Amino acid sequence: MMILLRELAGLFIDDGALALAILAVVGLAGMAAVLMPNTPLAAGAVLLFGCLAALVSSVARTDRH
Amino acid sequence: MIANWGLIWPAMTAAFLASLVEAVEALTIVLAVATVRGWRPAGLGALTGLAVLALTVVALGPLLDHVPLHLLQLVIGVLLLLFGMRWLRKAILRAAGVIPLHDEATAFAKETAELRAQARRNEARLNWIAAFTTFKAVLLEGLEVVFIVIALGAGRGMLVPASVGAAAACLAVAGIGLVVHRPLARVPENTLKFAVGVMLSAFGVFWTGEGLGVPWPGGDFAIVGFAAMFLAVSSAAVVLARRPKPRALS
Repeated sequence: MMILLRELAGLFIDDGALALAILAVVGLAGMAAVLMPNTPLAAGAVLLFGCLAALVSSVARTDRH
Repeated sequence: MIANWGLIWPAMTAAFLASLVEAVEALTIVLAVATVRGWRPAGLGALTGLAVLALTVVALGPLLDHVPLHLLQLVIGVLLLLFGMRWLRKAILRAAGVIPLHDEATAFAKETAELRAQARRNEARLNWIAAFTTFKAVLLEGLEVVFIVIALGAGRGMLVPASVGAAAACLAVAGIGLVVHRPLARVPENTLKFAVGVMLSAFGVFWTGEGLGVPWPGGDFAIVGFAAMFLAVSSAAVVLARRPKPRALS
């Protein structure tokens, strides 16, 4: 059962730093949605560009190592 | 109707391609076990895995109707981002040659070698180990397929098109596997993972935004724009990671 659970978690988390970065971006986008209700697209922009930045940064970090 | 097709085709295609990759991986393990221990333990494990999977879907599926839509979109969106960007990152690194490509023929050889080594250590328990190996493979790869179908289909009533795409992929791989009895090493797995990673990440941004109340310009068609941006940035990342590295001083 532990093997199955560990492998299930592995479906979503491979590079821990990338997973944390994605969660941080979603958190920031959520904050933007709450703090700027009159400009809801700001949250969308944070989400989209934040995810793209997290992806590039994760690839660059792995490439350097 | 046009807007519906704008969502139906990406959902169905993404489910088909993603399920194709998962089904090929499960087939490789089932074939490896069948080669070493015969079809009985391989088939028993695979069928038990499918049965547990079906029970899980039947038991948990109706719960989806009770989750508020915005919460469902947010949770599924975040899981899609974690899942899709993980695939995309690996596909970028493999395409750039930073990490080796996944090879079904190598995976098949590794799995059969492990089972043969276990056979030498403990012959009596081997049928159980073989059955558990296919059970685990079918259950885990199947759970990925179920997650992809739910993630792509649950937010906007697209469960049927996504399920059709996934079922078509699984049936195609099972059918070809039964005929050729060899791992499907010619499937361009990294290209598929790259394409699926792009699509899942685009869906992830869309659903997460919907869950946060973002009114995406263009509605459902925004997904196509997100996919184009992920594709452009990922392709650029492959080129940058592939650049000639400075030689280390010896």
